Amino acid sequence: MAMWQGAMDNRGFQQGSFSSFQNSSSDEDLMDIPATAMDFSMRDDVPPLDREVGEDKSYNGGGIGYSNRIMDFLEEPIPGVGTYDDFNTIDWVREKSRDRDRHREITNKSKESTWALIHSVSDAFSGWLLMLLIGLLSGSLAGLIDISAHWMTDLKEGICTGGFWFNHEHCCWNSDHVTFEERDKCPEWNSWSQLIISTDEGAFAYIVNYFMYVLWALLFAFLAVSLVKVFAPYACGSGIPEIKTILSGFIIRGYLGKWTLVIKTITLVLAVSSGLSLGKEGPLVHVACCCGNILCHCFNKYRKNEAKRREVLSAAAAAGVSVAFGAPIGGVLFSLEEVSYYFPLKTLWRSFFAALVAAFTLRSINPFGNSRLVLFYVEFHTPWHLFELVPFILLGIFGGLWGALFIRTNIAWCRKRKTTQLGKYPVIEVLVVTAITAILAFPNEYTRMSTSELISELFNDCGLLDSSKLCDYENRFNTSKGGELPDRPAGVGVYSAMWQLALTLILKIVITIFTFGMKIPSGLFIPSMAVGAIAGRLLGVGMEQLAYYHQEWTIFNSWCSQGADCITPGLYAMVGAAACLGGVTRMTVSLVVIMFELTGGLEYIVPLMAAAMTSKWVADALGREGIYDAHIRLNGYPFLEAKEEFAHKTLAMDVMKPRRNDPLLTVLTQDSMTVEDVETIISETTYSGFPVVVSRESQRLVGFVLRRDLIISIENARKKQDGVVSTSIIYFTEHSPPLPPYTPPTLKLRNILDLSPFTVTDLTPMEIVVDIFRKLGLRQCLVTHNGRLLGIITKKDVLKHIAQMANQDPDSILFN
Amino acid sequence: FHSLILLLSDAAKNFEDVRCKYICPPYKENSGHIYNKNIFQKECDCLHVVEPMPVQGPDVEAYCLLCECKYKERSSVTIKVTIIISLSILGLLLQYMVYLTLVEPTPKRRLFGHSQLIQSDDDIGDHQPFANEHHVLARSRSRANVLSKVEYAQQRWKLQVQEQRKSVFDRHVVLS
Repeated sequence: MAMWQGAMDNRGFQQGSFSSFQNSSSDEDLMDIPATAMDFSMRDDVPPLDREVGEDKSYNGGGIGYSNRIMDFLEEPIPGVGTYDDFNTIDWVREKSRDRDRHREITNKSKESTWALIHSVSDAFSGWLLMLLIGLLSGSLAGLIDISAHWMTDLKEGICTGGFWFNHEHCCWNSDHVTFEERDKCPEWNSWSQLIISTDEGAFAYIVNYFMYVLWALLFAFLAVSLVKVFAPYACGSGIPEIKTILSGFIIRGYLGKWTLVIKTITLVLAVSSGLSLGKEGPLVHVACCCGNILCHCFNKYRKNEAKRREVLSAAAAAGVSVAFGAPIGGVLFSLEEVSYYFPLKTLWRSFFAALVAAFTLRSINPFGNSRLVLFYVEFHTPWHLFELVPFILLGIFGGLWGALFIRTNIAWCRKRKTTQLGKYPVIEVLVVTAITAILAFPNEYTRMSTSELISELFNDCGLLDSSKLCDYENRFNTSKGGELPDRPAGVGVYSAMWQLALTLILKIVITIFTFGMKIPSGLFIPSMAVGAIAGRLLGVGMEQLAYYHQEWTIFNSWCSQGADCITPGLYAMVGAAACLGGVTRMTVSLVVIMFELTGGLEYIVPLMAAAMTSKWVADALGREGIYDAHIRLNGYPFLEAKEEFAHKTLAMDVMKPRRNDPLLTVLTQDSMTVEDVETIISETTYSGFPVVVSRESQRLVGFVLRRDLIISIENARKKQDGVVSTSIIYFTEHSPPLPPYTPPTLKLRNILDLSPFTVTDLTPMEIVVDIFRKLGLRQCLVTHNGRLLGIITKKDVLKHIAQMANQDPDSILFN
Repeated sequence: FHSLILLLSDAAKNFEDVRCKYICPPYKENSGHIYNKNIFQKECDCLHVVEPMPVQGPDVEAYCLLCECKYKERSSVTIKVTIIISLSILGLLLQYMVYLTLVEPTPKRRLFGHSQLIQSDDDIGDHQPFANEHHVLARSRSRANVLSKVEYAQQRWKLQVQEQRKSVFDRHVVLS
C-alpha cells in the first residue's frame, strides 16, 4: 500500500495520467477496444520482473553497439525493459539482434575458462534437448488424450465389468465368448440397459440406452464448457488461428500457459467423448505448442527471446500434427505451410526431430494396440486406373464446394455469435448443440459411432470375413483364393448402409457449421475428413456396382475384366477425405503428405494430388481464404498475410501518419526535453513509440524509443537515481549536453534508444513497404522526406490499408 | 545375451496382453467360428490356435487357408494407469471448480492495494503501466510467508483468468 501512496505523492502527473491510462493502450486506434488485458503484473508468462535484476547485462534493449555496453556495465539493467505488452507485436529485428549479441558474448567468453566453454557447448545443445523434451511431452499427452477419449466415448454406451477402465474393444479383447456372427458382443461388456433393467432387447431397452447416451453426452459437454469457463477461457476453439498469429509476432499472454494446457487436454477429451462433430487435431497442435512454451522456461536462451521462442513453437506445432496423424513429415510440412511465419532452415531439421520423437513416444505408449499411430491406417495396395481420375476430380470439386460453403456459413455463424445475444450464453449454446447432436445421432449407427471409427470403417477395403454392414456383399464367385476379391454385387446390407451414410453426410455437413467455434476445444480435420470419406465411399460403391452390372460399357471393359478387382471404394473414401480437408484448410503439399503417410501407399499420390488441387482451385474461385485465415480476419488479429501480393500503386506517403490535417508527428528531441515534458507527451498520447530527432527545427532522425521502455526507465530513475526531478533534462546522446550550473542532474536514456530504426522515403511504393514489413517483421517504419523525418507507418496502418484496398472493412483490424 | 533380453521382455509382457485371433468362415457343414489364444507371435499359427480342429485330414489345410489371422498386443497396465490418472485430474479439477464457484464467492476481497482505487470492476486490467511499475519495482514489500505467497499467486491467477474470461466471453475480442 505504501508504495502506491508514494506514487501518488509524485504530484498530479500520476493522477492525471491514471485516468488517461484507463482507456488508453498502445497505439492510437487501440482505444476502440475497451481495455484489453493490459495489466501486466498478472501475466504469468512474463518472468516476474524482480527476478531479472542483476541478470546478464546483454538484455539491455536492442540495436546498441557492443562498445556501448561497456559504458552501461556500470548501470544496472532495469527490469522490464525489452519486454512487451500483451496483445502487441514483437520487434523481430530487435529480438534477433539480441540473440546474436548473446551468442557472440558466450562465444567470446568461452575462450576464457573451461566452465565458460562448457556453458557455450551446452547452450548450443539446449535447442536439441528442448526438442527432445517437447517430443516426449507431446507424445505422452497425445497418448493420454487418445486412451481417455476412447474410453469415455464408449462410456456413453456401457461399461466393462471386467475392469471399468476398458473400453468396448478392450473389454471384449480377451473374451472367449465372442461369436462369429456377433463380433461386438461379449458378456463382460454391459450396455446401460443391461445394467439398469437387465436386458438388452426390446423397445424399453432401446429407450434406456438412448436416454443414457444423451445424458452422458450432455454431462461431458457441460463439464467441458464449465471447466473452460472457470479455469482457462483461452482453451476454447481450435487454437490454430491464434497460434498462427502468435508465430507471426503477436503476443497473447496466457494463451500457451500451464492452465491452458491442462484444461485443454482434459476438456478436449470430454468434448470428443460427448459425440459432438469435432476433431482433436487442431487442439493437439495447441497442446503441443503449450508444451513447447512451458518447456522454454527451462532454458535461458529461449525464455528471454521472443523470436527464438517462436522457432521452438513452430517445431512444437509440427510435433502436434505428427502425433495427431502419425505423420511426422506431414507435421513438419503443415507447420511450414500453415502455421509458421518465419521458418529458418535450422528449424526444419529440429522440427523433424521433435515430430519424430513425439511420434515414437506415442507409438511406444501404443494406444491402439496394434503399434499404429492412427486409428485409420490402411494398407491396401490395389492399383487404380487412369479413367478413375474422372471420379476423383469430381470428388475434388465436391470438396472445394463444400469447403467454400463451410467457411462462409461458419464465419457468418461465428460473427453472429460475436455480435448478437447468442454470444452471451456459451454454456447453453454448447448444451443445446450437444443435445441436438446426440438426439439426432443415436438412431443412425454411423453417427452413433465416433467419427474416427467411422472414417476407419470407410477407409477399410472389404475383405471376405468383414462383418460390417458396409461389407455385406453377395459372394457369388466360385474361386476361393485368399487373395484379392473381385467386384461383387451389393447385398441388402450395403444398400441400407448407403442410405444411412447419406443421412450421416447431411447431418455432419449441417452440424459441423454450428459446432466449430463454440467455447470448447474443437478441431475440424476429422469432421471434414468424415464428410469427404462418406461422399467418397458413396461414389466408390456406386462406381463399383456400375462396373459390375455394366461390364460391357466401353469405359469399363478396356481395363476391367470379369472377376477382377477394379474399383476399391476405400480409395475413393480416402480421396474424398483429402479433397474436403483441402477445400476447407487450403493445404496443399502437407495434405498430400499426411494422407499418404496415413495410408502407407505411394501409388495413391496422383489421385490425392488431383483431388487436392481441384478442390483448392474450386474453393479459391469461390472464396479467397482458408478457414484459419478467415478466423484471423474475423478476430481482427494483426496478421500480415505472407502469401499474397500487394498489387496497388499507392505510395508510402498515402499511408503514413500523420495525415494531412492531423497534428504534426510527436517526436522527442535528443537532449532538450525535461522529464516533465516527456511524461506529458506520454500521458497525452497513446502512441507505442516515439522517434527521437536532433532538434525540432532540423527533424533529423536519431533513433526510436518505445513507450513502455520510456515509462519503465523514468519510473526507475525517479525511484532510484538521486536528484532526478521533473525539470531534469533527458538526453539520448553519449554525453550530457552542456548545461548551466545549478541545474538538477540529467537522466541518460541512451540504452533504451534503438539507434537503427528502419526508414523509407515518402515516395517509396507501398509494394516495397509491405514487402519490408513482411520480410523483416517490422512493427513500425519511419518515413523521411529529403532526409527529414516526415511520418510513421505502423503495421496496423499497413493492415488497414490492405483491407481498404481489398474493399474490406478497415476498422475490423483491432490490434496492433 | 540377445536371446536372454528377448526372453526377459517376453516374460515381462503380461501373459494376458498378447492374443492370437483366427477368424474362420463357415466351411462345408461347420459354422463360422473365432478362435483366440493368449500366445506369443512365434507360436501364432493355425495348428496351435485352431483347437479343436473341426475338420479332418486334407481339409485342414484348406480350412486354415480360409481363416484370417490377427496378432494383437496391448498393455492393459498402461490403459489402467492412464484412465486412472485422467479421472483423478478431472476429479481434482471438478473439486477445485466447485470450491471456487461455491465456497469462495468473493474472489476480490484481498487484492493488491492499488486495485481498490480502481473506480469500478470494469477497470481491472486496464492499462496501468505506472501502477504496475510501482508494484513491480517495489517487490521488497512481498511477505516471506509461504502460505501468503501461495495465496498471492492464486489471487494473481484469478485476476488473469478473469481478464481472459472478459476478453473471450464478454467482449468477444479474442477467440470469437
